[in-house]
Amino acid sequence: MIVLWTDALIFMLLIALALMIGYLRNKAQMLRPLRKIGQNKAGLAALTVLLFFVLIGLLDSVHFKSPDHQTREIISLLDYWATPIRESGEKTYSAPFAAHLYSKEFMIAPDGSRHWGTPRLKHGGAHLTNPVQQKFADIMTRTAQGLAKGAALYLFFGVLFRLWRRGRHKALFPGPASKTVAWVLFVIVTLTFAVIELSAHYHVLGTDMVGEDVLYQAVKSIRTGLVIGTLTTLIMLPLAIVFGILAGFFGGWIDDVIQYSYTTLNSIPGVLLIAASILMVQVYMANHPEAFTSVVVRADMRLLFLCIILGMTSWTGLCRLLRAETLKLREMEYVLAAQTLGVRQSRILFRHILPNVMHIVIISVVLDFSSLVLAEAVLSYINIGVDPATYSWGNMINGARLEMAREPVVWWSLTAAFLFMLTLVLAANIVADAVRDAFDPRFMDNA
Amino acid sequence: MIHYILRRFLYALPLLLGVNILTFMLFFVLNSPDDMARMQLGQKHVTEQAVDNWKHQRGYDLPLLWNAKATATGKITRTIFYRKSVGLFWFDFGISDSGRNIGSDIRQRMWPSLAVALPTLILGLLANICAALLMVLFRNSYLEVGGVVLCVILMSISSLFYIIGGQFLIGKELRLVPISGYDTGLDAIKFIVLPVAIGVLSGIGSGARWYRTLFLEEVEKDYVRTARAKGLTEVQVLFRHVLKNAMIPILTGVVVVLPLLFMGSLIMESFFSIPGLGSYTIDAIGSQDFAIVRAMVFLGSVLYIAGLLLTDISYTLVDPRVRLS
Amino acid sequence: MSSNLSANRFVRRPVLSLLLMIAFVLSACDTTQLNNPYDPATSGLSILYSSFSERPKHLDPAIAYSANEYTFIGQIYEPPLQYHYLKRPYQLMPLTATALPKVSYLDAQDKPLPTNSEDYKIAFTEYLLEIKPGIRYQPHPALAKNAAGEFLYHHLTSAQLAGVGVLGDFDKTGSRELTADDYVYQIKRLASPEVQSPIAELMKHYIVGFEDFYRQAASLSLEQIKAAPMTGVTLLDRYRYKITIKGKYPQFIFWLAMPFFAPMPWEADVFYHQPGLKEHNITLDWYPIGTGPYTLQENNPNLRMVMVKNPNFHFEAYPSEGEPDDAGQGLLSDAGKPLPFIDKVVFTLEKETIPYWNKFLQGYYDASGIASDSFDQAIQFSGADEVGLTASMQEKGIRLQKAVTTSVFYVGFNMLDATVGRGEKARKLRQAIAIALDYEEFISIFMNGRGIPAQGVLPPGIFGFIEGKPGINPYVYDWRNGHPERKAISEARQLMKAAGYPGGVDPKTGQALILYFDTTSVSIDDRPRMNWFRKQFAKLGIKLVIRGTDYNRFQQKMRAGNAQIFMWGWNADYPDPENFFFLLYGPNAKVAFGGENAGNYQNPRFDRLFRQMRGMTNSDRRLEIIQQLQQIVRHDAPWVFGLYPEDFLLFHSWYKNLTPNLMANNRLKYARIDNQERMQKRRQWNRPVLWPLAFGFLLLLILIMPAVIAYRRRSRFTVQRLQKQDGAESVRIRK
Repeated sequence: MIVLWTDALIFMLLIALALMIGYLRNKAQMLRPLRKIGQNKAGLAALTVLLFFVLIGLLDSVHFKSPDHQTREIISLLDYWATPIRESGEKTYSAPFAAHLYSKEFMIAPDGSRHWGTPRLKHGGAHLTNPVQQKFADIMTRTAQGLAKGAALYLFFGVLFRLWRRGRHKALFPGPASKTVAWVLFVIVTLTFAVIELSAHYHVLGTDMVGEDVLYQAVKSIRTGLVIGTLTTLIMLPLAIVFGILAGFFGGWIDDVIQYSYTTLNSIPGVLLIAASILMVQVYMANHPEAFTSVVVRADMRLLFLCIILGMTSWTGLCRLLRAETLKLREMEYVLAAQTLGVRQSRILFRHILPNVMHIVIISVVLDFSSLVLAEAVLSYINIGVDPATYSWGNMINGARLEMAREPVVWWSLTAAFLFMLTLVLAANIVADAVRDAFDPRFMDNA
Repeated sequence: MIHYILRRFLYALPLLLGVNILTFMLFFVLNSPDDMARMQLGQKHVTEQAVDNWKHQRGYDLPLLWNAKATATGKITRTIFYRKSVGLFWFDFGISDSGRNIGSDIRQRMWPSLAVALPTLILGLLANICAALLMVLFRNSYLEVGGVVLCVILMSISSLFYIIGGQFLIGKELRLVPISGYDTGLDAIKFIVLPVAIGVLSGIGSGARWYRTLFLEEVEKDYVRTARAKGLTEVQVLFRHVLKNAMIPILTGVVVVLPLLFMGSLIMESFFSIPGLGSYTIDAIGSQDFAIVRAMVFLGSVLYIAGLLLTDISYTLVDPRVRLS
Repeated sequence: MSSNLSANRFVRRPVLSLLLMIAFVLSACDTTQLNNPYDPATSGLSILYSSFSERPKHLDPAIAYSANEYTFIGQIYEPPLQYHYLKRPYQLMPLTATALPKVSYLDAQDKPLPTNSEDYKIAFTEYLLEIKPGIRYQPHPALAKNAAGEFLYHHLTSAQLAGVGVLGDFDKTGSRELTADDYVYQIKRLASPEVQSPIAELMKHYIVGFEDFYRQAASLSLEQIKAAPMTGVTLLDRYRYKITIKGKYPQFIFWLAMPFFAPMPWEADVFYHQPGLKEHNITLDWYPIGTGPYTLQENNPNLRMVMVKNPNFHFEAYPSEGEPDDAGQGLLSDAGKPLPFIDKVVFTLEKETIPYWNKFLQGYYDASGIASDSFDQAIQFSGADEVGLTASMQEKGIRLQKAVTTSVFYVGFNMLDATVGRGEKARKLRQAIAIALDYEEFISIFMNGRGIPAQGVLPPGIFGFIEGKPGINPYVYDWRNGHPERKAISEARQLMKAAGYPGGVDPKTGQALILYFDTTSVSIDDRPRMNWFRKQFAKLGIKLVIRGTDYNRFQQKMRAGNAQIFMWGWNADYPDPENFFFLLYGPNAKVAFGGENAGNYQNPRFDRLFRQMRGMTNSDRRLEIIQQLQQIVRHDAPWVFGLYPEDFLLFHSWYKNLTPNLMANNRLKYARIDNQERMQKRRQWNRPVLWPLAFGFLLLLILIMPAVIAYRRRSRFTVQRLQKQDGAESVRIRK
């Protein structure tokens, strides 16, 4: 088992989350909004999708050395399970579900003659003897098989879950919402099985220029998107919380210094700051090649740095909000009372201020998530995003740009990136809405 | 008022100094003048002598922050920092690493940026307000639900898709506008139609949604109910009261970004090869012309600070309750 | 009632304005070509449309050294010699000179020697050049004089400077005759440290007195530079000058066809050095002044660069003889007509390849290279390696031109490196790698077949390149069935064993041997390429680590000798083998001497033969030595010879007189445009498709209409209800 930097941070994040849940489990101010989310059908459905993505991302975050002694690459659990797709590369472009290459080239017939045509793929549809006639039926049966397997599995676990839950109190989710979740889960599970079944014999989303499976790339990109969306927040949160609360609570010269530093940082155009920092990281890597012998490690470091840089440039907004809120809270009667009673300031901060600004933090974390995922694509376009060796939607779009000029158009890379990205960001946006509705006091009354 | 503006100007100085020092550190930590020289001198037959000459001509052979060899004030003024940074304060951007005057380039390139960004902003504002008003007008109907869902979907799509798709569809397949390029004067219209349309479309999701919440907040207020009770129709209510009052946050939000319009949009400009400041910056990043990047960072900061100042002033103009002091 | 009205107005207004806007856009331009990026008024003129992706950095002929700069200055500046446009192999011919230079050899005592003297006796070579009289410079403010014969703009006053933003803002221009002195002055400029010519270091070795002049010039003013003598360059009279070089260097004559040796009027330097011009970017680097067929009219690197015909251009006729099949291709139909044909050349800034390609297909660019991604759209292979255009291209009348470039791409090894560089084992390792790197596959995957796997240092078209069995690299290829065939990978594995890495395992670590590949390819587009390299090395069990850096760091690494394996290319300056082999010449080593021998290859025998070959004129003996040189390099394998790229150029049927000439950089003057054909085809190809607009609009209406109807109904209802409520409330209030 190998733990990359981002892996470590992801697991740290998980542990932190678990601790926080444990800490807040019985707090009323947390339970009420959570209940409210539990009643929001769209929000719950989106959350389920999001959790599915997170699961894939987690699977992709458990790294170890490949058991294949020839290569000894670093691969993840996801890679391990996806080995068939990972290694079933073709020569170049092939369309989704194709059995032939997309572009024509010279083929040498068994009799030695050469002619111009589209050769059969090495893996996609290779089990068919006559793809033109058999393909459609084959795809249909395999889809049906996959769906059936998925449904069976779902039912099995569904029944188990029911049995286990019988007699316990109905926790967070009341009736209608839990039904939605069940349906979404059902769709996800069956679809996943169908895709798994199909991708064993076809390139479901085609292959790219060097013949790599596009579905695999799109799935691998999930982790990158999630890492950027979450780790950036992890890095920015401490800065924003500490500085924001300190500035608001103590005022005076501390406030001045903090305000000065975030206004300065804020007034620099973000992209330029990121560009400059990424260039610096590249220089560092170029000067220390011995630390980055493996492509995976190198790409991972760059990803981490990108998160750090994004975090450094994006803490200012939240910091300003927190400062304003703390200023307000400081004048509240219970805080003033605590101060006159001589309660230690650190205690006031932890007991009275921090819990009461948490809703702002939570809202801004979920709101930032989707914009960070979108930002990654844009940054990759100007080559200041993730490492070119990292799978990411930004890199896929970037490469697909050129494919749009081909005739006939190679549309599947772009479409795949589009669909995956849209699903994740849309789910995140809907969840963000639900969270905001639940936590924001302004929305509390009128809902 | 004038007193206040003056004071804000003075307050801006340390900010700009901070920006200056930060960017200076960032760029010179990562890049030595030798690298810059090699980058710019090209590939064939580059000698140490040529590198030294290049550095000398552009003043990169001086020490970074402190010149121990110089006398008196020269200790500070005869340094790269002083030479390259102080001029920025009176907008003397100097010469780019590739040898062109940055100031004249910026003056030339800000107009195309503006030609794209300003229509995008204005039309975008109109489109967002229209869409938001429609949603509010038809609230609690299928149109509102559809509108909100559409907004969320639209804002979940990366701007790159809008640009790639728009260029492919409108420019290549339908042949309605030139695929890319720019021209001066009225000829520019045919080039900016598509970028502006794409800019408006990609902004409408988040914009319309945000304005909708603004309007909805306003709609719930008592005076609106009173107006309605007086027998005003819904449309009249929306235009006379809701829009008018919601315009304050909308306009002040616009004022902040006004100065930054000069900076242009990085991606849009490079996709449509519009010779604005956005593509200027991208090119400079790509070719590692740090003199330009530094100038653009500084310019961006100045414009941002100007935007903040304008916002404060515009608050007093639209809302008499706010007093500047 | 009023509510209905206003609702209608609300919906109708944007509809109306949208219609108005569409109408305006449609009426504003020619509706048959909505997508014409140029001013429709100019479509009848003889204008060539091209592009530039990066603005040229230098247009000063003493500094410019890259292809994109030569695109411009090649048409503006005229060195004494040029390459014949049609004849192959490349042949020099006079341009502004009356004839090819008269070459004479001198011994160490400056005594003339017969032309067939032995090399070691020759201490100096003299080139005597004579310029045609009557050639005049383009109109330029630097040459403007008043009635009294004084220069108008050599002492600019602030009044004259006011309102000057570009060079064209000076009202008056002037011209004068080209003299030999201008050529001499330019050579002095090459030696000026202020100008920083990239070939200054090189010329120090050749031109007599160049180095002394270089040292002096640092402390001289402009005027003094003009007056100061350079021993090796002498002015004989108004039209003749002489260049003396050290020893024998037959390749020197090629330099005389490069813009470095173009004339520069001293007035230009005086003019551009005045204060107040540099701030507006008015420098010699931006506004050239030459005698060539074109002048730079507009130089806006942010948008476009425009060249127009030079009104003062001297007479030059289109060549009347060429290669045997040139006449058949219509290349001689303009023979004897005065050059140039095209009135104006517009270069538009175009950063991305895709818009460029699309505009080419729409007829808005006249010629285009082929990006990898649009390749199968344009090209198909028909039969035995025959390359042809696809039906869709042929339908448009597009034509294809192919030419193997005089350049080579190679994978170099740093010979100072312990693993890949030194010793016999390292040599075996290098050879194994040479076999494993399957460049045939590389060419077919990444270059769409546009290249030839390299068998040695020299590309085709350079003296010394031989085809067929004797020309193959016997360490990598076998000759079978009349084709070179790459050796099997098993042989490479055998070599690995011999090199001490059986199965690619490094005995020191017990794991796969790790090698480092330094590259500047860091962008996403290069990822497949890097993966390919990794795969090739993996065939030998070697783990390849790609170290991608920017060009800067790469250069630095190369200079310090920190690279291990790298990919590089070389594009010939002139068609002579010396220009390739010097990349491997010991005294040119990068680390030790800062030269161009990037791999730091050292082989005394190679160096000796190289020196011998360098001084020879083309002969059988020279060919023989070149083959020996090739064999040495193939044996030592300091390079994996990669490929010689092939240029494919597509051009429209209206673009005439185009032929591949990789050496000449003043090709534009030969080209001609058939404008009628272009106008007609553009119109045919660019009919806009309008129905989706109308359709989308209709869809929008259909979507909104039910809502509007519903709203109308509801508002009528609410008004009634409100009225009722109102009544009730007012009653309540009254109570």
